[in-house]
Amino acid sequence: MSTTLFDKVWDSHVVNKISNGPDVLFIDRHLIHEVTSPVAFIGLKNRGIKVMYPEKTFATADHNTPTINQHLPVLDALSANQLKVLEHNSNEHGILYWGLGHKKNGIVHVVGPEYGITQPGATIVCGDSHTSTHGAFGAIAFGIGTSEVEMVLSTQCIMQPKPKKMRITINGNLSKGVTPKDVALYIISKLSTAGATGYFVEYSGEVFTKMSMEGRMTVCNLSIEMGARGGMIAPDNKTFEYIKDREFTPKAEKWEKAMAYWKTLKTDDSAIFDKEISFEGGVITPMITYGTNPGMGMGISNEIPKVKDQNSASASYFKSLSYMNYNEGESMLGKKIDFVFLGSCTNGRIEDFRDFAKIIKGRKKADNVTAWLVPGSHLVEKAIKDEGILKILNESGFELREPGCSACLAMNDDKIPRGKYAVSTSNRNFEGRQGQGSRTILASPLVAAAAAVTGIITDPRTLF
Amino acid sequence: MAYDKFTILTSTCVPLPIENVDTDQIIPARFLKAIERKGFGDNLFRDWKFNSDNTPKKDFVLNNPTYKGKILVGGKNFGSGSSREHAAWSIYDYGFRCVISSFFADIFSANCLNIGVLPVRVSEEFLNVIFESIYNNPTVELFVDLPNQVVRIPELNLSESFNINDYKKNNMLNGYDDIDYLINMKKSITDFANTTPL
Repeated sequence: MSTTLFDKVWDSHVVNKISNGPDVLFIDRHLIHEVTSPVAFIGLKNRGIKVMYPEKTFATADHNTPTINQHLPVLDALSANQLKVLEHNSNEHGILYWGLGHKKNGIVHVVGPEYGITQPGATIVCGDSHTSTHGAFGAIAFGIGTSEVEMVLSTQCIMQPKPKKMRITINGNLSKGVTPKDVALYIISKLSTAGATGYFVEYSGEVFTKMSMEGRMTVCNLSIEMGARGGMIAPDNKTFEYIKDREFTPKAEKWEKAMAYWKTLKTDDSAIFDKEISFEGGVITPMITYGTNPGMGMGISNEIPKVKDQNSASASYFKSLSYMNYNEGESMLGKKIDFVFLGSCTNGRIEDFRDFAKIIKGRKKADNVTAWLVPGSHLVEKAIKDEGILKILNESGFELREPGCSACLAMNDDKIPRGKYAVSTSNRNFEGRQGQGSRTILASPLVAAAAAVTGIITDPRTLF
Repeated sequence: MAYDKFTILTSTCVPLPIENVDTDQIIPARFLKAIERKGFGDNLFRDWKFNSDNTPKKDFVLNNPTYKGKILVGGKNFGSGSSREHAAWSIYDYGFRCVISSFFADIFSANCLNIGVLPVRVSEEFLNVIFESIYNNPTVELFVDLPNQVVRIPELNLSESFNINDYKKNNMLNGYDDIDYLINMKKSITDFANTTPL
C-alpha cells in the first residue's frame, strides 16, 4: 500500500493501538528544559519511579536564562531555582544536562539538530510547542504538555490519537529578499492559526527541496502556528550532509545501516493525504504581521486588511488592531518601531545572522532602536565570530548577546516595555508575549535588519 | 496526577466570546517559574484581568460577579499557541471543570483531558446559542453529560452531542490517568524498545 512519510514514521513507533482511543507511541528522543519539566519529575517521585530510559532524554536550560553575564549567578531567584531543579533532576536520573555556561548550551530546538540528537525517522517530543522544528529532518516531532513529559520520562511512550495528514506543496522559485520565514508566515496568513489543527503537515515541492536545513527548520518550527501538530520534510542529501559526523549521529557501519533506512523515508507517489494545499513560490513577498496572532500577516507593502475581508469575528479583529494601535487599511511601511529582536528557535541560527548582516553592513543602527541579537546556541555564537559577522555587527553599532530563548517569551529580563513596538524574528505576536503590554511585529531577519537601520518598517528589498 | 472524576456537571457559565484565545493570555509566561503545581488559578488571564497597576479591569468577565460557574465558554480556536500545561492547570485551579468552544487547539485540548478539565466542542451555531442564553440570563445553567456525550441548555430545551474517544471518556469518568495505563504495559514497551534502532 502507498503510504506517506508521516505514516511510515508514525506506524513504526506504535507499541499498541487502543480501539477508539489513542495510539501508544514510542518516543526515541525526549528533550527537556527548566520550565515544563519540574512538575513531571514531582510526579515520578510521587509514584516512586525512575526515568525508564535516561539515555533517551536530553536536558538544556534555555527558557528563562539571562542573555548577558551568563558567567554570573542568575539574579532572578525563581529562574535560578528552576535551573537548579533541572540540574538536580537531571543528575538524579542520569540525564545528560547542558546547563547555563556549558559550551553546548542553547535553545533546545537549536542544539538538538546541532549535535545530531535530531535524526530522520525518529519520534521526538519536548514540553514546548516549537518541537515541530525537528521535523525538518524527516522526524515526527511535536510539543507536549507536562503530563506527557511525565509519561515519557516514566515509560518512554505517550498516548496520542493519530493526526490526519496534510500536504502543503510550494513549487517555483522564491524572489530575492524572500526567506523561509516569509514562506511560513505566508502559509499561516492563508490558512489562519487554526487552519491545520488536527493535522500533521508534510511540506513538499521545489521551494522546500531547494531550501537549506536552517530554512527547513524555520518552516517546520512555525507549523504549530497554523495549528498543526507538527510539520515534516522528507530527508534528502542535504539532510544527511547536515547530520553526518555530529556527536550523536551513528558512525561507520551504523551510519550505513541508518542511511539505508533513512533513504526510504519519503511519501510514495500515490499516497493519499486527508488534505492537499498548494501555493506558488513566486508570488510570496517579504511578510510582516500587523495583529496579535501569527495568522495576521501580509506582504510588507500591502495594507492592513479591512474587517469585512476577514473570517474572524469583528470584535476579535478590532480587539487585536486596537492592541497594536493600528487601523484597518493602513500601510505598515514607515511605521515607527522601538525594538528589534533577532533570535529564537525560529530564526536564531547562523543563516539568520548572515541575512541580518547582509542588510546592516555599511549602515548604522537607528538611534531610536534598541536591538537584541541573541544567537540560538554557543555554536551559532562561535560561527558568528568565526565568519566575521560579529565585526560587521559591532561596526554598525550592534552588540551580540549570549544564547537563550530571550525576548521570544520574555521569561528572563529581556522584556519589551509596555506600548513599545518590536520587530521580532520569533514566532508569536500574542498580546504581552514579549513583555506586558508589548507589541510584536513578526518578520524575517532581513525585515528586522531593515527596521533596525531605518527605525521604521522598511522593505528590505530597497536596501539591497 | 489523579484528578476528580467527571460524570455530569450542571453549572452556570462564564462567557468569553473572543476568538483565538492563546495560552499566553490564559497564563502569561512570567508565571511559569514555579517548580510545583500551585497557585496558577490566581493568575488565570492575569493581564486581561488586571491593569498594569494591579487594579482589576472592570470590563473583564472574571471581574464581573454576574458571571460565575464551573464552565468557561470561549470563542473559536481556544487554547492556541504554547504547549504549557500551566494553562489547563490555571483553568482547573480557578475552579472550572469544563471548557466549551467551537474549536480547540490540539495540545491544549490534550492537556485538559490529561488533568481532568473536559473540553467540549460544539458547533458554531450552538456556541452562539449558548452565548446568547448566558447574556439573556446569567443564571442559566448548562448540563454537561459525559456518559451520554451531550451538552444541554435545559431552560431552552436545546442540546447538542459532542465527541470524545472512548478511552479518554473512560479515564475522565473514573479519574484515571495515562501513566497508570502505560506503566501497566511496561513489558510490551521494553520489548518494543529492544527492537528500535535509536
